[in-house]
Amino acid sequence: MNHSSLIAHSPASDLATGNRQLETSLSTHHLTIGYRQGRRPPRVVAADITVALQPGELVCLIGPNGAGKSTLMRTLAGMQPPLSGSITLMGADLPTLTPRELAQHLSIVLTERVDVGILPAYALVALGRYPYTDWTGNLSPDDEAVIQWAIKAVGATDLAARSVDELSDGERQKIMIARALAQEPDVMLLDEPTAFLDLPRRAEMMQLLRHLARDTHRAVLLSTHDLDLALRSADQIWLLPKGGNLQAGAPEDLILSGAFEAAFRAEGVTFDAYTGAFRMNTPPAGVVSIIGDGLPAVWTTRALEREGFCAVPNNPTAAIRIEVLPNLWRITANGETQEYRSLYEVIAVLRS
Amino acid sequence: MTTTTPTTSIPAVRELSQPAALTYPHLGVRRMVLVALVLGLLAAFALSLAVGSVNIPLHEIITILTGGEATRAAWSSIILNFRLPKALTALLAGAALSVSGVQMQTLFRNPLADPYVLGISSGASLGVALVILAAGTTGSVLLAGLGLLGDFGLAAAAAFGAAVVLALVLLVARRVQSVVTLLILGLMFGYVTGALVSLLMYFSIADHVQIYLSWTFGSFGGVTWNQMRVFAPAIIGGLVIALMLVKPLNALLLGETYARSLGVNVRQLRRWLILSTALLAGAVTAFCGPIGFLGIAVPHLCRGIFGTSDHRTLIPASILLGGMVALLADWVAQVPGSQIILPLNAITALLGAPVVIWIILRRRSLRASLNG
Repeated sequence: MNHSSLIAHSPASDLATGNRQLETSLSTHHLTIGYRQGRRPPRVVAADITVALQPGELVCLIGPNGAGKSTLMRTLAGMQPPLSGSITLMGADLPTLTPRELAQHLSIVLTERVDVGILPAYALVALGRYPYTDWTGNLSPDDEAVIQWAIKAVGATDLAARSVDELSDGERQKIMIARALAQEPDVMLLDEPTAFLDLPRRAEMMQLLRHLARDTHRAVLLSTHDLDLALRSADQIWLLPKGGNLQAGAPEDLILSGAFEAAFRAEGVTFDAYTGAFRMNTPPAGVVSIIGDGLPAVWTTRALEREGFCAVPNNPTAAIRIEVLPNLWRITANGETQEYRSLYEVIAVLRS
Repeated sequence: MTTTTPTTSIPAVRELSQPAALTYPHLGVRRMVLVALVLGLLAAFALSLAVGSVNIPLHEIITILTGGEATRAAWSSIILNFRLPKALTALLAGAALSVSGVQMQTLFRNPLADPYVLGISSGASLGVALVILAAGTTGSVLLAGLGLLGDFGLAAAAAFGAAVVLALVLLVARRVQSVVTLLILGLMFGYVTGALVSLLMYFSIADHVQIYLSWTFGSFGGVTWNQMRVFAPAIIGGLVIALMLVKPLNALLLGETYARSLGVNVRQLRRWLILSTALLAGAVTAFCGPIGFLGIAVPHLCRGIFGTSDHRTLIPASILLGGMVALLADWVAQVPGSQIILPLNAITALLGAPVVIWIILRRRSLRASLNG
């Protein structure tokens, strides 16, 4: 899908090409996040976070559950005071902004499904104009233009007239993003925007957010568990492992520095720096030689790796050898040779 | 930011939107329906003035209302001292209960919330019961002997009782996320205040008990012109606050976190909602008794009729429809053409309960409607 042609006409993008580009959208300075608990010492979730979000950037915040992703998001959104350190939003110290100013600079999309009752999607997006309208909430023609632009930008024009409660999860998420966009923020924070979506929708959503960041020169920060998608889409990864030592950088930087592998080794997941893929840690089960090539060989390797075998191409000394033929697998082990019609059977035999 | 937008870019957006103009819904109020509601309300008001145990010709009623002399002096008295204050009370009470229902449903994000369900009316009842005992007054139609100060004290006690229960429910609501738990708690608050009232009544003389019981049946007929001087300003004040809050109420549809992210001061909003609901539910309970179901049913009827949860439509529509339904319920309770007067609460329950059942059935499941 091509969003850029629509976004090019947006009221905001004209502004964006001007002075916005030079300024850092959001930055933190030795930020410590956590919870104050009365008289007891505060519970620190993560400490000494110094990061910056640039306009036009898509940043993915990743890390295991419980590492404090949500706490960081809430703190950056001004919903929770930091324990120490400072946050700067568009050149201003975050706590000095009024709620209305904050809402004009920063918008959020949450994971939780909202039940708004009977409301057309258009009216839901229109709520994004809240910080700009008078006390009656009446929309000016400019407001209407921004709403329609936001709906187009997420590719949801055909959803505008439908009632929110009959939208699918993916459609609803698009509308919520359009709502956040209608706020014309400099920074958009999204908490696991892909959580309820199926795989194609996730990729589409990530693509959409990337386009939005680029074409409207907004900074987009999203938290996600979708490591693979994050590695492929993000300009920057903020990696928050348990213990709260946040590391930031281009995905590739974090891979090369070994930060990625280190962060996930503790979680029982191995990161393969060569393929950029994650693997479950399973005890090694032996070496298997694979004879053959093409797609069947690739997926045979994957199936074997899942079972903990180390698959190597064409090694005659291996104890087990598998010859990959069209729709046929010939296994040679202990001098015996047998043929199977599916990988399912192959794995079943090797497992026993 | 919108004002600084270069004007050249806006036409570009407009051009783009032209072919697709039909896909963008019109967000304004459906004017024809609104006009129909106003006419319906006027008709119900006229009906309430015209129909009663004494037959008074329509042209006589008009003469009386425009300040003329009626053929019989008694007619004048019936219209001006009974039917007119009663119709006004029904109109205001219906509007008040419906609007506080809308506020509670949005605040608690719960389709089944209203002042009655959440125990707020019970809190008001407790305030009323305390005032009656403290004043030691009974008086026919409850408080005729108390005078303006007594009326004011009664309304204040009821509003205070309502506010206290509402604040308690809110306090619990912030700790307990489950909406079902909240409803049960509201129910329990209702039982506790009900039990306290029972205890108070146990130590009262039989006349008090009788009067209290007939008060719990609900009636719009007990408000005198003197009491109206307290009743009407309280209701109108509550309604004005509600109308001022339409914008933040809309933001609250998204939940408190989103509302805050849009710049809503949720804590302040909550305080105003408590004040408005305490005024509305408190005043109605003090002068008309605890009236159920209007607060749940009317907001849902409005959402159905106008096809929106937008409070800019919902609040005015609830005022109109609430007033109309209350007038009609009162008309039914008088059993037209007879001398019998049925308990108002029985009528509102008969009208309202089917609506509540419809709400629950229309949702895919009760769980979905409560956890939403």
